[in-house]
Amino acid sequence: MKMINLKIDGTPVTVPEGTTILEAARAAGVKIPTLCFLKDINEIGACRMCVVEIKGARALQAACVYPVSEGLEVITNSEKVRKSRKITLELILSNHDRRCLECSRSQNCELQALSKELGVNEIRFPALNEKTLLPIDDLSPSVVRDPNKCVLCRRCVSVCKNVQTVGVIDTMERGYRTVVASPFGKSLADTPCVNCGQCIAVCPTGALTEKSDKSKVWAAISDPEKYVVFQTAPAVRFSIGEAFGMPQWSPPSEDSASTRFLTPTQARTLRSWKRAPSS
Amino acid sequence: MITVEQLNEIRKNSIPKVALRKKVFETRVPELQGDISGLLKEGNEKTYRAHILCCAGTGCKSSGSDKLREEFERVLEKYGLSDEVKIVKTGCFGLCAEGPIVVVYPEDAMYCKVGIEDVEDIVTEHIMNGRIVKRLLENYAAREKEGEITEEDLEGSTFFKKQMRIALHNCGRINPEDIEEYIAIDGYQALAKVLTQMTPDDVIKVMLDSGLRGRGGAGFPTGRKWMFAKASVSDQKYVCCNADEGDPGAFMDRSVLEGDPHEVLEAMAIAGYAIGANHGFIYVRAEYPTAVERLTIAIKQAEEYGILGDNIFGTDFSFRVELRLGAGAFVCGEETALMTSVEGHRGEPRPRPPFPAVKGLFAEPTILNNVETYANVPQIILKGADWFKAIGTEKSTGAKVFALGGKIKNTGLVEVPMGTTLREVVYDIGGGIPNGKKFKAAQTGGPSGGCIPASLIDTPIDYDSLIQIGSMMGSGGLIVMDEDTCMVDIAKFFLAFTVEESCGKCPPCRIGTKRMYDILDKITRGEGELKDIDDLYELADAIKSSALCGLGQTAPNPVLSTLRYFKDEYIAHVVDKKCPAGVCKALMQYTIDREKCIGCGKCARNCPADAISKTDYVAPGHKLPSMAIDQSKCLKCGACMEGCKFGAISKK
Ligand SMILES: Cc1cc2nc3c(=O)[nH]c(=O)nc-3n(C[C@H](O)[C@H](O)[C@H](O)COP(=O)(O)O)c2cc1C
Ligand code: SF4
Ligand code: SF4
Ligand code: FES
Repeated sequence: MKMINLKIDGTPVTVPEGTTILEAARAAGVKIPTLCFLKDINEIGACRMCVVEIKGARALQAACVYPVSEGLEVITNSEKVRKSRKITLELILSNHDRRCLECSRSQNCELQALSKELGVNEIRFPALNEKTLLPIDDLSPSVVRDPNKCVLCRRCVSVCKNVQTVGVIDTMERGYRTVVASPFGKSLADTPCVNCGQCIAVCPTGALTEKSDKSKVWAAISDPEKYVVFQTAPAVRFSIGEAFGMPQWSPPSEDSASTRFLTPTQARTLRSWKRAPSS
Repeated sequence: MITVEQLNEIRKNSIPKVALRKKVFETRVPELQGDISGLLKEGNEKTYRAHILCCAGTGCKSSGSDKLREEFERVLEKYGLSDEVKIVKTGCFGLCAEGPIVVVYPEDAMYCKVGIEDVEDIVTEHIMNGRIVKRLLENYAAREKEGEITEEDLEGSTFFKKQMRIALHNCGRINPEDIEEYIAIDGYQALAKVLTQMTPDDVIKVMLDSGLRGRGGAGFPTGRKWMFAKASVSDQKYVCCNADEGDPGAFMDRSVLEGDPHEVLEAMAIAGYAIGANHGFIYVRAEYPTAVERLTIAIKQAEEYGILGDNIFGTDFSFRVELRLGAGAFVCGEETALMTSVEGHRGEPRPRPPFPAVKGLFAEPTILNNVETYANVPQIILKGADWFKAIGTEKSTGAKVFALGGKIKNTGLVEVPMGTTLREVVYDIGGGIPNGKKFKAAQTGGPSGGCIPASLIDTPIDYDSLIQIGSMMGSGGLIVMDEDTCMVDIAKFFLAFTVEESCGKCPPCRIGTKRMYDILDKITRGEGELKDIDDLYELADAIKSSALCGLGQTAPNPVLSTLRYFKDEYIAHVVDKKCPAGVCKALMQYTIDREKCIGCGKCARNCPADAISKTDYVAPGHKLPSMAIDQSKCLKCGACMEGCKFGAISKK
């Protein structure tokens, strides 16, 4: 394989041809922030968070899609680069529903993490208000889409179209009105969405979340008149685990989302119950 | 398939078709020099003694040229002249504001604003009696007085005189729907020369030597682009033509396609030979139905005549061209977005590198050139690089077409050597500013360009000079502004365009331009603060350096250039809350001078908002009480001021 020599922040780095600046930087231990990038799934250079300076180039370049070339000199952390990333982030936030405390992704959000990392402590533009907030689509049985939290990174679009080959969401409209949506503005519920949840898994923000039935479950558990039977999700291990060499009716892992949701006592009960049929 | 000999045969047989237009073609077609009466006896042209060329470009079509042509047919029929006079449908002449335009040969008399009622005169006076209908010549009276125009030199129009038509050389002179007229005036000779006498490297060398730079925007050297694509190794390569023409106000590409479509096909085939591609795509906006129609006819004819297709002129070079219609998104003129759109996806730019010359359309090596760029190619091949290089400036060779518009007398298309000064274009060709107003600025490069202030009117127009003063060539839009133009408002206008046309892929452009627009809007509403100007600079800087494609990277230019040359106007809006040009409605007031007002009440009757009423003040010497405007109701429409005969109302 042909090797390429370049310099990242003055340090010589050698990587195979075809590597991107982002990968080369990671290999060299240099951190470059990203938002839209998702290896192998979404490599489109859209969000401009990963911009770097390249010697000889007029504009900043997106590290996540820029292929290295011999003798390239990259600067990842200049004043210009930092300022650009921060303004871009500020712009994204200026078009974002910033009520983080009410968001299920709070503390587990890539956008929040980026804001902290880049030190965004003031946003000079007004927040979205009743007039500018878009309606939330919660008609699907499992996926809730909140366009006001969407940063238009398109990871969901790529995973839905290219990985799952379902393709029920894409970018609509253009410019400032651009949204990720289903054809003809339909609700996800009215599309052939297979409810796989991959879009939720890749979304960096709270724009795509699972529909929560927690309160229904709590209500059922606390109802003394009811016998409650659990089936946890993901149910794969439990139902077909043996096909993959696991013991029959394997319980879900300790840290699966649904197990975490249960109290320790309930989880213990669940495990003992799960073991019951095999004895 | 035809051979070069057969092409020459068609040429020879077709010359009689254009012989009556000797005046414009004799320098190019040696057979037309001297006496042509022999030629007129050949072919099926023998009975014609005059050609009436009617513009059928989009501009003239919308001013009624289709009806006009029918009327000519009717009147000629009436006088039994149908066999003696040929009506020829042409593409655009460039002087669209004066349309519909009709040119009568052999005299080359150009008639402007020809109405249905003028047809009878042209036929009875000019055709039957040989007397030019002077009143229909462009601005005849004035020009005759100046001695600019004589019976012998009807083309004396300065509008054309100072121009140098290269890309537009055939527009308005041939029938674009007849390949034989094109062949008669050396059409497809450049392709024949390239295929039979030159190697691909020779072609690229000529292009490099000519110094031709892209006319579509960035001004990249065409030869270099072809060289890179040739160097890419692949079985399949593509040649694309950018006919998206998204710049508001620009229409030179449309005119070339409507008036001279074969020129572009020929050039694309030459490019295909040079880089090793056998397939071409023309991406043309669907809003150009006439261009699409003419191109479709041209492609069909070129195939029927055996010029496009397999083994062209008996060589092993094959080339075909397909059309792709765009939906009119500005961003689809950007090269990678155009290719994405041709591939059938949402028209959005993709990151470069990889550059199209390496990985373009369908991931194959591709070149993309603009229509006007292509329109220069066959002539460069035929006349040589040195001929082309001698025109224009050292680094910007050749001529450039501009779409002259805005506050200028002669609007339309003008083609001038590169390096012509803005002053020459505005005053000598454009005829200056109407209504005795002062020239304030010119905007070039459309939404990606900038404003050139009056102090720089002697700037030569070429790629590098324009960049240096903060504007750019762009595709050649040239909008002239007079003293009544507010520069903040203009910046806002262009930004509104980019906000609308941003594809939405990257945040700096998608959100950043909107935030800049919001700030400008706030300033024009009179709510601006000084900090807003700092924010404009900061946002502009960030967007320019971080946006994904050229649209975003250049979007702040109109704001930056107006800030550079007209900062005082911004300050006036922000600090003094005044719009010096009197455009921004929120910043001006109509007021009635109570001493001058005679109380007639006409203003109150004109006011659509009922904002004007009587006061209790009667000025000395007047009988009725004066009127006053309730500023909270006033719409700032100006109807009151227009109607006041006593000059009592003013705008501040
Ligand atoms: C937003 C945007 C719009 C553009 N629109 C056009 C267009 O309408 N026509 C065109 O020829 N070039 C347009 N360009 C320039 C093209 O990207 C490309 O540079 C050009 O077509 C190359 O041809 P040339 O080298 O012959 O000029 C545009 C560029 C940008 C960034
Ligand atoms: S919904 Fe999430 S994953 Fe999809 S584009 Fe928006 S932010 Fe990205
Ligand atoms: S700069 Fe604008 S038009 Fe270009 S990719 Fe970004 S959003 Fe789209
Ligand atoms: S992470 Fe590179 S552009 Fe989004």
